[in-house]
Amino acid sequence: MTNNDRAAIVAGHGDFATGIISAVDRITGCGELFVPMSNAGLGAEAIEQRLRELLAEHHAQVIFADLAAGSCSIAACRLVRECDVIVVTGVNLPALVFYATHQELPLREAAAQSVVRASSSIRLLAGK
Amino acid sequence: MSVLLYRIDDRLIHGQVVVGWGQPLGLGFIVLVDDEVAASEWEQELYRMGVPPEMDVYFSTVDEAARELARWTADPRPGILLTADIDTMCRLLRKAPGVRAINLGGIHHRAGRVQRLRYIYLAPAEEEVLRAIEASGVTVTARDVPAARALPLSDVLTRDGTS
Repeated sequence: MTNNDRAAIVAGHGDFATGIISAVDRITGCGELFVPMSNAGLGAEAIEQRLRELLAEHHAQVIFADLAAGSCSIAACRLVRECDVIVVTGVNLPALVFYATHQELPLREAAAQSVVRASSSIRLLAGK
Repeated sequence: MSVLLYRIDDRLIHGQVVVGWGQPLGLGFIVLVDDEVAASEWEQELYRMGVPPEMDVYFSTVDEAARELARWTADPRPGILLTADIDTMCRLLRKAPGVRAINLGGIHHRAGRVQRLRYIYLAPAEEEVLRAIEASGVTVTARDVPAARALPLSDVLTRDGTS
């Protein structure tokens, strides 16, 4: 169990969650804030159940999910209907780094700003 | 182009379907056949959320799907039809004969099921239903993504999940 009231679940395909949390930890030293979850081998109901268990176990209120159309995102959004949870889909490294390094912000604002940071960090640079 | 794939996948619309199959097939529409989802606007909104705007999603009960199938198969765009479980696909096949092949795309662990492939777990009764579907002339194969080889049902049922 994470020992932090800002704990967040990171859910995604394959090893996405452990990989991106590892990267956040390298950059910020705050990787322990995040709890990884993979959808590997899980059906829709099992994904939802696992998310529910992790939220309770870690007292987490935020779920970061990888693909907006993915099974983790859909399961997470389903939980919004029944509990006080914030879901961010399409998460990337800048979003998690922002969330990890802005613990002074109210939770909802930190999550909302992480979405802004995620979007604004994607840029296209093309050579001549 | 018609309905290119009749897929059983307990995650219904998700990354593998929208991206994995959607992009190489150039999907124009998805038909989601599920009596519960068809009755819930909230569930429909949830599934529609991750689908690109150029892709239509039709939500349908089994009865509606049986009635509409001819129209979808005449659609010039490539499409995919999804059910979450074997029973729903089986009911559709009974009401809408003419489907030649079904795809097992994701049937995950549940009590009483045995692992056959990384993404396929089946209970003995479900295996019997699949055998009966195949005996009726419908080809049954397992294939999670287009890059994978389609495994015939006979092969799937001899696997123990380790290979």
